[in-house]
Amino acid sequence: MNVKFINPFLEGTTSVLKTMAFVEPRAGKPYLKVDSLAKGDISGIIGLTGSATGSLALSFSQGAILKIVSNMLGEDFKSMNDSIKDAVGEITNMISGVARKNLEAEGFYIQAAIPTVVTGLNHSITHVMGGPSLIIPFEIDEGTFVVDVCLTE
Amino acid sequence: MVEKNIKILVVDDFATMRKVVRNLLKQVGYEDIVEAEDGVMALRALKSQKIDFVISDWNMPNMSGLELLKAVRADADLAKTPFLMVTAEALQDNVVAAVKAGVSDYIVKPFTAEVLNEKIMKITESINK
Repeated sequence: MNVKFINPFLEGTTSVLKTMAFVEPRAGKPYLKVDSLAKGDISGIIGLTGSATGSLALSFSQGAILKIVSNMLGEDFKSMNDSIKDAVGEITNMISGVARKNLEAEGFYIQAAIPTVVTGLNHSITHVMGGPSLIIPFEIDEGTFVVDVCLTE
Repeated sequence: MVEKNIKILVVDDFATMRKVVRNLLKQVGYEDIVEAEDGVMALRALKSQKIDFVISDWNMPNMSGLELLKAVRADADLAKTPFLMVTAEALQDNVVAAVKAGVSDYIVKPFTAEVLNEKIMKITESINK
């Protein structure tokens, strides 16, 4: 995995959540993930193709996503529902858009598919390319989430 | 000075995004907002009520934002309606296609209420000149 892929996704995540949900997530140290188990309660996944191919997944703990969507929509969400699922798809789409724009500066031209959303305890994420993926962990006061990127040049 | 009492049509297949845009519009003083979940529903709304401004997503099923824009510009009654396109990325080809089709301007997600307001004011002022 090319380390050039880290910053575009890190910056994309921070920028989207700051602008749309008014939260400032704190990023932890990136690491490689070898299993397919998701690190959260709800995940958005989007396929990426072009000068690098693979997928991007975002997995949120319930606490984190309830806070993020509550801020985004200006309503107080206490439990998971269709609005939360819908929002996770849109957040994944937006982060992919900003990250791909950032990747253009590194010489990568990448298109994205339509995001899908998966929920449930211990659900798994299968990346298009298989193999290890790069995890960037984040936290806000209400919970944690990870950006899970699997890209091959 | 731009009037804030204009009727704005927000078109997006994601209910969440329509709500986000509605909230952002309300933050900067726009109250008269209607929604449509795709281009087909948007055209129906445009033909059945007086809409002053369209904010449309690019990627939508049934009829994309670009197809909606072309349909609006091809309709003599609707052709002059200001049209702001919302995209997840500013891809050169998309921007060129939208400009050729007569888009008033485009805005890249994510965006703040202030940036959205600036775009609306700029488009509306240029029309009123």
